[in-house]
Parts: sequence; C-alpha cells; structure tokens
Amino acid sequence: MSVDKDTVNKIARLSRIAISDAEADKMVGELNGILAWVEQLGEVDVIGVEPMTAVIPNTLRLRDDVVTDGDVRDKVLANAPAKEGSFFGVPKVIE
Amino acid sequence: MTEYRIQGNTGEWEVVIGLEVHAQVTSESKLFSGSSTGFGAEPNSHVSLVDAAMPGMLPVPNRECLRQAVRTGMAINAQINRWSRFDRKNYFYADLPQGYQISQLYHPIVGEGEIEVTLNEKDPDSPTKKIGIERIHVEQDAGKLMHDQHPTMSFVDLNRSGVALMEIVSRPDISSPQEAGAYLKKLRSILRYVGSCDGNMEQGSMRADVNVSVRKPGGELGTRTETKNVNSIRFMMQAIEYEAQRQVDLIESGGAVVQETRLFDANKMETRSMRSKEDAHDYRYFPDPDLLPVELDDAFLEECRASLPELPDAKRIRYEAMGLTAYNAAVLTAEAETAFWFEDLLAEGVDAKQGSNWLMSELFGALNKTGKTLDESPVNPKQAAELLGLVSDGTISGSISKQVFEIMLETGQAASAIVEEKGLKQTSDTGAIEAEIVKIMAANEDKVAEYRSGKDKLFGFFVGQTMKAMQGKANPQIINDLLKKALG
Repeated sequence: MSVDKDTVNKIARLSRIAISDAEADKMVGELNGILAWVEQLGEVDVIGVEPMTAVIPNTLRLRDDVVTDGDVRDKVLANAPAKEGSFFGVPKVIE
Repeated sequence: MTEYRIQGNTGEWEVVIGLEVHAQVTSESKLFSGSSTGFGAEPNSHVSLVDAAMPGMLPVPNRECLRQAVRTGMAINAQINRWSRFDRKNYFYADLPQGYQISQLYHPIVGEGEIEVTLNEKDPDSPTKKIGIERIHVEQDAGKLMHDQHPTMSFVDLNRSGVALMEIVSRPDISSPQEAGAYLKKLRSILRYVGSCDGNMEQGSMRADVNVSVRKPGGELGTRTETKNVNSIRFMMQAIEYEAQRQVDLIESGGAVVQETRLFDANKMETRSMRSKEDAHDYRYFPDPDLLPVELDDAFLEECRASLPELPDAKRIRYEAMGLTAYNAAVLTAEAETAFWFEDLLAEGVDAKQGSNWLMSELFGALNKTGKTLDESPVNPKQAAELLGLVSDGTISGSISKQVFEIMLETGQAASAIVEEKGLKQTSDTGAIEAEIVKIMAANEDKVAEYRSGKDKLFGFFVGQTMKAMQGKANPQIINDLLKKALG
C-alpha cells in the first residue's frame, strides 16, 4: 500500500491541516516509509487467526448509570480560544 | 397496504423509503461519561472533561445504555449480537469536540428484526405490513450549535455531546408517506413501552433521517436522497411527498437524481440540498482503540429479556380476549401510558368492559375538552374506580355518574363524598317510584291509551318522565319493572 500526493492532500483537508505543496511532497515519502514498514506484517501467515483486541485477557469494563461528573463549565471553557458567556465561540459554520 | 403512486407524465412511479431513526436512550448519565443527560440545563454545565474531549480522557461505557439497546432489539424480535464493537466515525465539525463520533459500523449490538405496522391502528380490519429493521447501533450524540447570537461566531453548547443514541435503521420496505408515519408511530410506541426512549420528538429525543427514491413500479431502484433530522411525524410525511414528487419531476424533465443530503424546511414545505462538499462523507471508520469489544453474557441477556414489559401487540390481543372491542383494545394499547392507566383501573377491581368504555368516552372526552394529557388527568385510577364501583353496585345510576364525574373534575372531591353531599344516591324505593308513576299516568291518559292500543314505543316516554320526576335518581331497572306492571 502506498499513497500519492493527491491522497496526502485529501487526508490533510479532511483533518483540517493546512500543508504547503513542498510539505505534501515530503509527507508522501514519509507516509510511504511508514506504510512499507507496517506492511512487513503482511509476511506473517494469519489465516484462521482471530484478530486480537488486547495483549492480556481483558474485558470491557462498564459503568453504572449514575451522574458522577460534569458541572465543571469553567474548567471545560478555560482553554477555549474564544468564548461568549457560557458558550464556546467558533467561526460561524452555517452555509 | 394501499398502493401509493405518483402520477407523472411518463406514467406511474412508486416510492421506496427507508428510515434511520435516532432515539435518545433514556439514562441518567451519558454513554461514555458520568455527566447528566438532563434536558434544558445551563449551557456547558452537563459536560465533563471526557465530553469536551480533553487530551488523555478515556471513555467508559454506561451499562444501562447498552441494556436499553438490547431490550429494544428484543422488543422487535431482532438478533442480539453478543459480541459488538465501537468504531470511530471521523469528521470535523464544531459540535463534535473529539473530531470523531464513537459509533458502531461493522459490528452493531443489534441485528435484524422487524416491526408490524397497520395503516390505521384504530381500524382492526386495516391491513398490516412487516417493515424490516436492518440493525440498531449505539452511538454518541453531538453538541448543539447556535448561529444567530453573534455576527461572526457560532456558539457551541456541549450538554448533549456524548448522550447515548440508538440508531434504528429500517430496510427500504416502506412505500408511502402513510406507511412511514405508521412505522414511526409504532416504533415510538414500542420504545415507550420498553422505556428505552421517551419518544419526545419536540425535544429532539427522536428524529428521523429519511431516505427516498422513486422508480417505475417493480423497476430497478433509483438513486436516493437522504433528508436529515426531521423532527415530527407530520413533517416526515410532508418531506417524503415533496421529495418523491421532486425526483419524479426531475427525472421526467431529463435530469438525474443526485445522491445527496437534504434538509426539510417546514415553513416552505420543501427539501433543499445541503450542498456539502463531496468528501464530507469520507468518514474513515476504524475500531476505537480506546474501547474493548462489548461482550454480553447470559445473565445480562436474561435480565434484559425478563425485564421487558408486555408489548402493544400482545396486550391488544389479551384485551380483546377480555371482551373489549377491537377498536377499544387498539386505542388503549397504542400508547403505554394509556394501557398502564387502564390496567391500574382494573387493578382497583373495575370490570374490563365497564372500565374501557368509561375511559374511552368519559375520561378521554373530559381530557380532550380541557386539552390535557392522561398524565395531567385530575382524576387518578383509584378515584375513577370508586366512581365506577358506585355505578356497578347500584348506588348511583349511569347518568348520575356523569354528573358526579364532572364535579370530581372540578373539585377533586371523592365520588362517594359528592354523592353523599348532593344526595345523588339512586333510590330503589318502589313506593316513591310507584307514586310518581300514578301521577304521570293520570297526567297523560291519552298516551296511556295509545300505549295500550299497541304503540309500544311510548314506553320510553314513560321511563323518561318517571326518571325526570325522580330527578334521575331512580334505579332504571326498577322503573322498567314497575312501569310494565302499571301500564299492563
């Protein structure tokens, strides 16, 4: 598997990351290096082997339905680049 | 079911509809955090650091939300998947702080099921149709955006962010706006019986994405559009009508339907393209590495099944077996709150037929007049049972009971107290009734003669006169008996 420059630009756009043309070129090489490295796993024969979900035997822990959190508005808003009253403020996103 | 056809210039068209219903799971806390799900709180007060997607925060699933999804699946006879998994659906939007929604694409918790609908639930002879359910999965809701508070900014409230939703996906088995309406009503009724969603569409706890396409009868499926977030049954039916007609007009004028997302504008009664960018739907799903698979054990599934209430279809059949008319049984079981009220009435010892007739005519009549719901009824089942008991043991007549009920509605007094205070007890005092009959016969000698010469219909006149003279308080059976004797 490998990526071309169009794919890199598309992923960047979907991730809302602005990259220059030069950066995209560089990224194609880096990403393909990573993909080739991961692809070595393809050499292992895993036919009939169930995908593993955890390294040690483990099951999903569930919570009881109780309110134990929240009411921390100021903490939640503390790092917001913009806020108005009790709201986060973001650039207008309506079409 | 009746066939729904759109008459175009090139002939008839049929409509193919599938619904994706988002139903908010009834729970105290959110799907992956301990924040409250309460409606109408101060903005951003029901938000934890998990819901705001602060770095390093990890989701821990709420057992109750999974339980409610499983119970809902069982209620529609669906396959329950003991092994399911959460996936990330990646997209950027200001109402989604994580940058992805935790959902279930590949392995939903509930598989195939079905719901039987009838076009007119109040008509027992109305034909029925089974609508297939493809799946139910559990996912997070997003936050709320407000666009009209500031010239250049949108405001974000994350109170709803992370609240659990069930997405209930139907097969494209629906072929008219009426069927879509019947399906949504039935689904809402089931959710309310199960208690997994309050079904409140005005508050947004239930909303539908409507997939519509058109084709020549029996032909190949057409390209579909998806109208998002329709929040009432009526709007949904209007959106389908509009959208199907639009597609027919478009195709017949040489155009082609584009697969796209649309919005329904309830003011203009039309759907509009959201003109989203072409790759907006590239969600790049992958299993959420923060969450292990969901594995349900026997005890969990057993509890889910054991805690299911009797569902509307089963209840309706049982009510009919109790002697209720098919119509009464259908109306009383359509909404859980009505059925529970009725059953509380029966638990107080009221006869099923008497109780159902009274509930449907007297109580519903009074609630309709005052614009109240059953929840707001000024009379509770226990009080109603006392009133009906006074009728069945002969203390008051049926017609007096209506008077008593009116006073109960106004004053909240107990039925027996009203009867006592106003002296409304029915009399079985034959002497008093006979005395009135003598007087009435004397005053209406001509009618007595007519009756005796064969005009049987006049019997009702004498009953009415006697009851009037007794101010409605005489036992009607005794009046009948005494009159028959007196008139010969």
